Amino acid sequence: MKFVDEFRDPQKAERILHDIRALASTLMRGRTRPLGIMEVCGGHTHTIFRYGINRMLPCEVEFIHGPGCPVCVLPRGRVDDCIALAQRPGVIMTTFGDAMRVTGSKKNLLQARAEGADVRMVYSPLDALKLARAHPDREIVFFALGFETTMPSTALTVLQAQREGLTNFSLFCNHITIIPTIKAVLDSPDLHVDAFLGPGHVSMVIGTESYRFIADHYRRPIVIAGFEPLDILHSVWMVLKQLAERRCEVENQYRRVVPDAGNAPALEAIATVFELREFFEWRGLGSIDYSGVRMRAPFASFDAERKFSLPNIAIADPTACQCGEVLKGAIKPNQCKVFGTTCTPDSPMGALMVSTEGACAAYYNYGWLDRTKTGTAAPRA
Amino acid sequence: MKTTGAGAMKSSGRSWMERMQGQCITMAHGSGGKAMRELVEELFVAAFDNPLLAAMDDQAVVPLDELQTQGNRLAFTTDSYVVSPLVFPGGSIGELAVNGTINDLAMSGAMPRFLSCGMILEEGLPIGELADIVHRMRDAAIRSGVTIVTGDTKVVERGAADKLFINTAGIGIIKPGVAIGSDRARPGDAVILNGAIGDHGIAILLARNELALESSVESDTQPLHSLVAAMLDACPGIHCLRDATRGGVATVLNEFAASSKVGIRVIESSLPIHESVRGACEILGLDPLYLANEGKLVAIVPREQAQTVVEAMRRHPAGLESAIIGEVVEASPGGVVMATAFGGTRVVDTLVGDQLPRIC
Repeated sequence: MKFVDEFRDPQKAERILHDIRALASTLMRGRTRPLGIMEVCGGHTHTIFRYGINRMLPCEVEFIHGPGCPVCVLPRGRVDDCIALAQRPGVIMTTFGDAMRVTGSKKNLLQARAEGADVRMVYSPLDALKLARAHPDREIVFFALGFETTMPSTALTVLQAQREGLTNFSLFCNHITIIPTIKAVLDSPDLHVDAFLGPGHVSMVIGTESYRFIADHYRRPIVIAGFEPLDILHSVWMVLKQLAERRCEVENQYRRVVPDAGNAPALEAIATVFELREFFEWRGLGSIDYSGVRMRAPFASFDAERKFSLPNIAIADPTACQCGEVLKGAIKPNQCKVFGTTCTPDSPMGALMVSTEGACAAYYNYGWLDRTKTGTAAPRA
Repeated sequence: MKTTGAGAMKSSGRSWMERMQGQCITMAHGSGGKAMRELVEELFVAAFDNPLLAAMDDQAVVPLDELQTQGNRLAFTTDSYVVSPLVFPGGSIGELAVNGTINDLAMSGAMPRFLSCGMILEEGLPIGELADIVHRMRDAAIRSGVTIVTGDTKVVERGAADKLFINTAGIGIIKPGVAIGSDRARPGDAVILNGAIGDHGIAILLARNELALESSVESDTQPLHSLVAAMLDACPGIHCLRDATRGGVATVLNEFAASSKVGIRVIESSLPIHESVRGACEILGLDPLYLANEGKLVAIVPREQAQTVVEAMRRHPAGLESAIIGEVVEASPGGVVMATAFGGTRVVDTLVGDQLPRIC
């Protein structure tokens, strides 16, 4: 398949791995702890496990799976609010597929649907607008979530709804923004991250300069990476090369998709519709200032939070969960006290077990080979 | 069809089908009265056309003597079909209801003989649409040499079902000496697949028109009993057989690994998969290993006979793309691992719930 197979060539992979091994062995001289590379984006986590990249790398290099799965980090109280909205008479709740499985304090949208709520999976927020046109007697709510990757399409949908004068469409906005989140992770005292793989899709919108502070202030190399397996290996090689040469820069491996300046029309749509919230709660990380967005006042009539009264109850993360420590690389997913016992993909207790892109779910589904290798857990039957 | 009494209900020169043009199913078609008797006799009995059904008794009475010459055990199965839309590229709920039950029988090595047909009709279903499905069932049964000998019809109120649900049960005969079971895989065995995966899952997804994607992918619905017969001729000692329907090939492999307490190692580059399905999976973030199929089987056979079995399969129309896709191993008992085409190794676990398209 053109533009895909070129990035999955095992011979090219072996050549890059050869160079990675050489660099890693040089870098490990005098170190006792493996080199920690955080992939911020859940899409990268998915690729790493799907292609077994974590098992291909030398043991001197470890991935630390960051907070980049927007479904995982959504707090339980927000999911409860969404379910309460979906259960209102006359409401059709619409959202992306994997958002339907994220659990609140008691249940998720799939369970709410089974109990009678009208919840529909859409592939784009524009599909929610189609429903609004087709059902003028119903209130169509789009449960919007995601980083800057999905934010432009939501913003453009709201602008379209405004142009059409639709009165039965609203947004339950849970979009979050990546930069304050990376900053919060970097400010953590127990962080064990030597370098970053920057998110490809988010950077397509925001460009590469926004990450400058990571290199300049926090002295960590960052490489914006694509999502094919060769992209990941190539990016790992690039950060190791920076470390070996004692450089800390923002480099763009995903140049074929990510322009350094980002996407101006997308950024403009975001700025028109959204503004930063002072506080936004994350599962596993607690509240991060200015990390979430809400709709600006001129769009109040499309804002489900203003249109309907919501319970808006904050629900604390379960105390047994160690998601925060996993996100910062202090422990591995399987070293969490509840991993694989009370917290599994069937019954996720912590944030990172919710979506297949969450670090713990990926580790649980794809990673038991590694746990066997390190002797920390037995394979499941 | 549980409607006693004989005699086709004719009136005014026009056939029943002509009179039913543009008509819909009503509650009267499930009432047990005249409308129901007409539906059963003029549509079902006429289409499936065989003396056991035409007797119109509450049960089909099957003579045993002929069956006894064909084998020494009965295989008996049932399955319900609730697919939407009713007609999709490459097939319909009618072909699925016949082929699916045939395949469930075939996976024990049985030769399917008789089917039942239970219809749950939603009030408002156009009779023309129902007739189309019934005729597709008839054609599928004729192609496979099975007979639909008994049935039942119920009508439910609008909103209580999604147009049409079909249940089929089936009986088949197993020859002496055939012993297939999911607990019989042994380290060293080869894992075989009869063709490209994921066609049905993607065809249905695209047929629902929820995605702005165009593709020529067609469902792979097909009966597999004659392919299995060819495989058994080549290797009477096949260890495991299962059709990879919902949950896909990954689910079947996990079931074999768990039941046989062995590991299974799949080679990604050997997996047959059509380019159009690969492309759709890339766009939607789906894994073809978990997509549904309706004409694919996974077999585990002794290593030394694997090549002979694959060659026999490739001579059969349902097995042209057959391939050895992996092996049974001692390591990681109960688990399935895949050597990726990229050079890595990953676990192929069972899914929690359905695959859902990812957010980004």
